[in-house]
Amino acid sequence: MAANPMYQFNVYRIGPEIKIGDVDLSFTNASLFMVVSSILIFVIFKIGSKKNSLVPNKIQLLTELSYTFVSKMISDTAGTKAKPYFSFIFSLFMFVLFCNMLGMIPYSFTVTSHIIVTFVLAAFIFVGVTIIGFIKHGFGYLKLFVPSGVPMVLLPLIVIIEIISYLSRPISLSVRLFANMMAGHTMMKVFGGFVVSLGVVGGWLPLSFSVALTGLEILVAFLQAYVFAILTCIYLNDALNLHH
Amino acid sequence: MRIDLFIKSILFLFAASAYAYGAESGGMPQLDPEFWISQIFWLTISFGFLFIFLSKFVLPMISENLENRKSQILENIEMAEKHREESEAKIKEYEKIIEDSRLKAKGIINDAKIKIKSEINLKKDALENEINSEIVLAEKEIEDLKKRSPDKIQKIAIDTSKDLLKQLIGADINQSSISAIVEDLSKKGRDKYYGV
Repeated sequence: MAANPMYQFNVYRIGPEIKIGDVDLSFTNASLFMVVSSILIFVIFKIGSKKNSLVPNKIQLLTELSYTFVSKMISDTAGTKAKPYFSFIFSLFMFVLFCNMLGMIPYSFTVTSHIIVTFVLAAFIFVGVTIIGFIKHGFGYLKLFVPSGVPMVLLPLIVIIEIISYLSRPISLSVRLFANMMAGHTMMKVFGGFVVSLGVVGGWLPLSFSVALTGLEILVAFLQAYVFAILTCIYLNDALNLHH
Repeated sequence: MRIDLFIKSILFLFAASAYAYGAESGGMPQLDPEFWISQIFWLTISFGFLFIFLSKFVLPMISENLENRKSQILENIEMAEKHREESEAKIKEYEKIIEDSRLKAKGIINDAKIKIKSEINLKKDALENEINSEIVLAEKEIEDLKKRSPDKIQKIAIDTSKDLLKQLIGADINQSSISAIVEDLSKKGRDKYYGV
């Protein structure tokens, strides 16, 4: 059963079944890792910002570097107008990053390898960005779908393509993260299975692959969190600074 | 990233299809909607609280501290700049003082030199005068002595001759006759001794 590379993605209930009406809100292993990620982020950043000394210690330096990293990312992609959304993007980046990284611990659970989680995040971002766009620009926000300098003949086609690409944003955003996480973890599990099945004689090759993949997956875990956050910034930039 | 994803998807499809036949529950657990609502619920709770706590308690403190540090650094730089300017002014002042004192010292040395020179000259003059007057006095004395010595010698000669004569002859010879003789003799000898 454990040899099934998809087994690691199973969600199971921890503790009693919680039901409100017909809806199952039970605490699962996925919930556990979401809560652990959140608490871990909060604790680390709370400790890091507690002392606030002029010359930072290691953990304070870590929090400050994260802060300036995200702050720079936002101001580079979305400009100064995106300042009010800093907390959200920071939380988002840290949450996705910690979920990805905690998933790299053997026998743990990767929250972001579930399409429903990434899709809810992406959909929330999509709806939020769209609302911000309409609040800032009114119906002028629809000009986003009409690029300037396009010949009149091509315009209807372009507009349709733009609308489709806009609407597919939450899907592409969520699937990118989910697929990366799932594929990486599945691959590692497959190679791990090979190590066991090939034994002492032939298991070394898949084992070395597994080691290399672990490094790659840690990189991907960071990169996907970064991509998720930076795409959010880019969508926010579209909503805040209408360029078309 | 696209290529990475592409390769991974192919590998994943391969792996999934290879295991799909052997596994009893084949498909992806992700597509099983049994716990979807639960996951959405817990995601909302954990992420929501994370967002609220971070934006209320953590991020403002970090931001404040960064601002504080920035302003502190700026302040320090400003202060350092001020100190530098101050020290530069001080150095200039100090150099000016050194230059002034050097000039003053030179003046003092010159004054002292002049004074010493004039004093030396004065003393030299005074000394010379004194020496001259002494010389003059000495010359005069010599002259005096020169003038007086023949008379004295004459007198001594007369006395001596008188005594000698008294001893030799045993009689007092007339003073005037002796002096006439001595005078006569010394007139002859004077030319020889004094070159007069």
